[in-house]
Amino acid sequence: MIENLFFMNGYGLYVWSAFSFTLFSFLTLFLVIKIQYNKEKNKFIAKFGSLSSKRAAFAKSQSINKEILSNTSNI
Amino acid sequence: MFKYFEPNKIFSITSKAPKYVLFLFIVILSIGLTEALILSPEDYKQSHSVRIMYVHVPAAWISLGIFSAITFLSIVGYIFKIRNFFLIAKSLAPSGLVFNIIALVTGSIWGKPTWGTWWAWDARITSMLILALFYIMYLVAWRIFEDKDKVFKVTSIITILGIINVPIIKYSVDWWNTLHQPASINILSKSSIHISMLFPLMTMTAAFALFSLLIFLMKYNTELIKIKNKGLDRL
Repeated sequence: MIENLFFMNGYGLYVWSAFSFTLFSFLTLFLVIKIQYNKEKNKFIAKFGSLSSKRAAFAKSQSINKEILSNTSNI
Repeated sequence: MFKYFEPNKIFSITSKAPKYVLFLFIVILSIGLTEALILSPEDYKQSHSVRIMYVHVPAAWISLGIFSAITFLSIVGYIFKIRNFFLIAKSLAPSGLVFNIIALVTGSIWGKPTWGTWWAWDARITSMLILALFYIMYLVAWRIFEDKDKVFKVTSIITILGIINVPIIKYSVDWWNTLHQPASINILSKSSIHISMLFPLMTMTAAFALFSLLIFLMKYNTELIKIKNKGLDRL
């Protein structure tokens, strides 16, 4: 059973490489997008931290900014 | 109606949705992989190599679907001047390109045991390669042009030119003598594929669709934060 799952009548190499390539592509794309997301979010937090209290209060009045600063948007 | 697509309004949903979509994707993918690799039967002609279909076909379908969606969003966005539609289109493109590459690579792997070659300048393979080039041109245009109006115009032109290729991909197997077989799944008429193979195929398609939704949401949120970063600079 296990041997058949791996070798698949001689087609195992083709089948497993196709599935592996697909899953590897998924993982790579996911990580690239996640890194981009974290980079932009960290940049936003750093910029927000450098604002004066008056400007920060104004910026925080926008719900989208509040959402970005909250941890609920983390994956 | 378009006011519901305002980024400020939908960010509260798009920022929370990825974790639920990721969970659902893992569940559906696990079911799909079990069916595709273990439970589904081997083909009487192609033996176990037919299992490559469960990644190759959904990847091709979703790649075509995403490009069609990008074109629609770009045209409507350009006519009605809805900037958010361009943002949605831009966020869809990375997963569309990756699915296109997966379709080409897994097709090549499937071609070796089935046709005896890794690559052939067959009408469908060539038109899929052209689609990948349109995806690349589209993504490069977003990187090259700084001016928003110019990038909206250029990306719209690229998608309009690229969409001509989509029916060519779909009907290439009927119009020309190709190595590919005609479509086995028809929405309007009876499909020639057996249910034992159709079920894993549909499960994997659902899993791939969820993955593209996940990537879209993550990319869209990144783009919105990028815009808000620029907004903070102006404060």
